Amino acid sequence: MAKPTPKDVLFNPIFNNNPIALQVLGICSALAVTTKLETSVTMAIAVTLVTGLASASVSAIRKFIPGSIRIIVQMTIIASLVIIVDQVLKAFAFEISKTMSVFVGLIITNCIVMGRAEGFAMKETPWLSFLDGIGNGLGYSVILIVVGVIRELFGSGKLWGIEVLPVYQAATETDPASGWYTPNGLMLLSPSAFFLIGIFIWVLRAFKPGQTNNDPTL
Amino acid sequence: MGRDSFLGTIIVALVLCVACSVLVSGAAYVLHDRQEANKLRYQKENILKAAGLIRPKNSEASEYDSEALLAGDFSNKELNSLFESRVKKVLVNLEDGSIVDPDEVNYDEYDPKEAVNNPEQSKEIGPEVNPTPGVDRRPKYQFVYEVTAKGDSEKVEKFVLPVYGKGLWSTLYGFLAIDADGETIRGITFYEHGETPGLGGEVENPKWQDQWDGKLAYDDGGEVIVQVVKGTANPDNKAYTVDGLSGATITTKGVSDFVEYWLGKDGFQPFLEKHAKS
Repeated sequence: MAKPTPKDVLFNPIFNNNPIALQVLGICSALAVTTKLETSVTMAIAVTLVTGLASASVSAIRKFIPGSIRIIVQMTIIASLVIIVDQVLKAFAFEISKTMSVFVGLIITNCIVMGRAEGFAMKETPWLSFLDGIGNGLGYSVILIVVGVIRELFGSGKLWGIEVLPVYQAATETDPASGWYTPNGLMLLSPSAFFLIGIFIWVLRAFKPGQTNNDPTL
Repeated sequence: MGRDSFLGTIIVALVLCVACSVLVSGAAYVLHDRQEANKLRYQKENILKAAGLIRPKNSEASEYDSEALLAGDFSNKELNSLFESRVKKVLVNLEDGSIVDPDEVNYDEYDPKEAVNNPEQSKEIGPEVNPTPGVDRRPKYQFVYEVTAKGDSEKVEKFVLPVYGKGLWSTLYGFLAIDADGETIRGITFYEHGETPGLGGEVENPKWQDQWDGKLAYDDGGEVIVQVVKGTANPDNKAYTVDGLSGATITTKGVSDFVEYWLGKDGFQPFLEKHAKS
């Protein structure tokens, strides 16, 4: 394998080797937090930072990590970073932290973070590992934001909490009927995120046939 | 000594643990003040919400107090000034329901959550107490927030009582608003809990909380009568029963029990009998 260049490790994971679309990792949190754009973006930033910093730290001490406890060592570093992210959210974005606290905690088990630490950072230099972590975080972010936009727009007629499609409200005694859009309730439920991610993968593979898996045994 | 040797492994593990814990506790220490300020603000918000001084979005403004703030649409300053003008904090001696003189106990320094850990400032809740709130001790003194009428700080409209107790996984902390008549429940909110989101966590759902408004707290004999039932309440008992949350039987049973406890003789009943007009 050719030596990876900084540009490659940063940008490849976004479309060519997307952690969600190609490796199908980190799906769980992508379902849970994407009902609203605001939480999607917060989650995306949190995961990107954690992946970047975790990869950099693991890489920095990779020559000292004993093989027998390497997974636990990675886990400890990731968990510490996640707790710090959670604390920062509680201090500076209290409203968001209330709706997201469980899912922030679950970044620890996000396969992308662990996968990059074990698969890339254990072999490469800290700077490259940092870029690789950020790149994979960005790949994750792209999907989260796309799914978040679609789900919030069609699920509640809003974007970032601001009404974009006026939601239909039946006439009451005092008010005449207003709006025309009837929200699609399915968009607020987790299965819709599955469908959307599926469609995203389909579109991506239609443009990049190289990502299609032709092995019938898989 | 190689990195894979027995000693090497132990040393790496130790050094890493120390480094990580320093990092985590450092972050917790630096951010502590901000987090506490957020919590306090959220507590105030919940007191006002229980008292009906924050109206949810999409609600008719006419049904609420004319000074009520619109949920999610107010500044810190507006929140504080409404709190200052309409809410009066009093410290109550739960034993006899009397109000503790501010000269005797400094209101600003007294913290009921800390008092619970001090044997002199708290009372044990024994196994004979039924129903039990699921916690071992309660403070001797507890704050009550008197919500006063607009422009008349002497006329009390509602009492907001702090309530807490065990759910399924955690202790839930909340506020229960009682009308000035001392009998009618006006609202309930929860500001701190660790129940499962979507199941027990639904105690935060405004639709469920709305059910509490107008329920009768006591029967004619002065016994606590309000309760959360499993499933849907029998229409005959609608005046004092609240529908349970499906998938959250133990949480709602806990809420039912600790609300009963705090409204009872060991809780705020002596205070309400003394200070509410009915």
